Amino acid sequence: MKKTLFDKVWDSHVVQRIENGPDVLFIDRHMVHEVTSPVAFLGIKTRGIRVMYPEKTFATADHNTPTINQHLPVEDPLSAKQLKMLEENANEYGISYWGLGHEKNGIVHVVGPEYGITLPGATIVCGDSHTSTHGAFGAIAFGIGTSEVEMVLASQCIMQTKPKSMRINVEGQLNFGVTPKDVALYIISQLTTSGATGYFVEYAGEVFREMTMEGRMTVCNLSIEMGARGGMIAPDEKTIAYVRGREFTPKEAEWDKAKAYWDTLYTEEGAQFDKEITFDAANIEPMITYGTNPGMGIGISNGIPMAEVVEGGVATYRKSLQYMNFSEGDSMKGKEIDFVFLGSCTNGRIEDFRAFTSIVKGRKKADNVTAWLVPGSHKVEAAIKEEGLLAILETAGFELREPGCSACLAMNEDKIPAGKYAVSTSNRNFEGRQGPGARTLLASPLVAAAAAVTGKVTDPRELMEEMAVN
Amino acid sequence: MAYDKFNILTSTAVPLPIENVDTDQIIPARFLKAIERKGFGDNLFRDWRYNSDNTPKESFVLNNPIYSGKILVGGKNFGSGSSREHAAWAVYDYGFRCVVSSFFADIFRNNCLNVGVLPVQVSAEFLEKILRAIEADPKAEIEVDLPEQRITILGSGEQESFEINDYKKANMLNGFDDIDFLLNIKDGIREFAADRPL
Ligand code: SF4
Repeated sequence: MKKTLFDKVWDSHVVQRIENGPDVLFIDRHMVHEVTSPVAFLGIKTRGIRVMYPEKTFATADHNTPTINQHLPVEDPLSAKQLKMLEENANEYGISYWGLGHEKNGIVHVVGPEYGITLPGATIVCGDSHTSTHGAFGAIAFGIGTSEVEMVLASQCIMQTKPKSMRINVEGQLNFGVTPKDVALYIISQLTTSGATGYFVEYAGEVFREMTMEGRMTVCNLSIEMGARGGMIAPDEKTIAYVRGREFTPKEAEWDKAKAYWDTLYTEEGAQFDKEITFDAANIEPMITYGTNPGMGIGISNGIPMAEVVEGGVATYRKSLQYMNFSEGDSMKGKEIDFVFLGSCTNGRIEDFRAFTSIVKGRKKADNVTAWLVPGSHKVEAAIKEEGLLAILETAGFELREPGCSACLAMNEDKIPAGKYAVSTSNRNFEGRQGPGARTLLASPLVAAAAAVTGKVTDPRELMEEMAVN
Repeated sequence: MAYDKFNILTSTAVPLPIENVDTDQIIPARFLKAIERKGFGDNLFRDWRYNSDNTPKESFVLNNPIYSGKILVGGKNFGSGSSREHAAWAVYDYGFRCVVSSFFADIFRNNCLNVGVLPVQVSAEFLEKILRAIEADPKAEIEVDLPEQRITILGSGEQESFEINDYKKANMLNGFDDIDFLLNIKDGIREFAADRPL
């Protein structure tokens, strides 16, 4: 039988198959953070066991860290306690730990690739659903619960039933102003938030081949938002060039051995998927969400759909619009907004800051907008400074914060106040996700930038065309 | 973490017929700061259950004394969103042992099975029947029979079977968890690991 990329990576990691049960899957890389790990560490302590392969687990602090004054003690006592526990656990079990203030600190899914922890053909897990990000490298990467974190610490394995496979092809050329985030939001809007539940997705086709590694990470990151366990893209020259020479990337003979393995990682011609869907890139325009799940997104020049044409319950749909204080048929363009959040493991990489800066350059932040610009890591932060983006941002009236998850899930102080609208480059617009009562509009860094300088939802292409003419 | 064994559960049920209930609603992120698995039930559905001044919202079903029981009946795509196991802990800690829906998000389903909450997936039609039975009589009893993999509305006798794999079923019946299993095959894992290219 012809094998898919997913089959190859999965099957080569199965330690044992349990009949009519899950597979015992070996995990190559395990990332932990302060929020979903304390109970898992407590679990192995209670059982009186050690971490089986401490060198395969990496700890970083990100979810509830402050994004200003990181040199000062963390004010919130509960967050401080979790951070301290992570440090203590990492020390006790010999796990590398990149805490607050460490030069390598940042969001778990941003630092993994930056330091070569993320590798093609690896199995990667973390107690965070956006672990799917690492699939951009041709890895099988997915989020796990705390019991599973404990399993990995104890045995470097988890018990998983092999998901079904789906291939999503996007063919053709992307339109002007359309970014990887728009591609992902478009796919989710077509499939709904449960359209890929039970599946592992491979993204294929011209659009993903052309995409940068950063863009592929954005797309794979959002796989979970259509219910998929994860998403992956076959490694190619871009992938290999990206991982080469990074700190934890294999070296010399190890590299050759790994490279030989990576060269086998592609879906064979004629391999069967349980489901296959193809989209035309020409149909995608800059996207924005109007509701309370990431599937509720539309092209920015469209109106909010009428309840009758939306699949699923009309009551649920209306409840969602009521939360947003929007009406069916409303145009999204021109809606006043209060906050802009650029950051998260979805769009907190250097390419995202470049895109944002390209629009705000020569303009000014709108007075009614509070903008939080949060790099995904110290490495991203350093690049923003080195490339001169910071100077441009500051001239336009923006400030840069320090790395962390920040307003993506609002566990730290960065909460959008109740009733306020935020255009966010993160991944979830659930009720209260960015703070109790907060209203989130998910969009690309370009759309976020256009909102930041105009104070309302604006099609970035209008500003980009202007730029082109000037 | 060990949990109570699950065999046959007969209980009244709490209806929550909303679609796409995500884990941020089940337990908002600001309650994830605990370092022990305790007390999450108090914050289950926090923002739907309480006003910002912490007074209960009377319209929410958990605050309605006519509904109670160990079974939560949710709408389609229950548990979407983050991987936080805290959502399943909150459901368990509140006192639910079973969640019924016509469709579950993957990670949430796994997490439930790992912490002793049985996710029972039924057809959309059967879900409707359950909801109607509870609407007609909030004290209507539902029986969830794990050994037989069958859910029954006791009043009318209407029933449907549900799926669960043999391995997870045995775990639930015995209150075992996966780590017990994994620790037993450690030598095999070590051998496997020695050969990895990465
Ligand atoms: S940025 Fe958001 S989605 Fe990403 S790891 Fe942090 S909390 Fe999770």
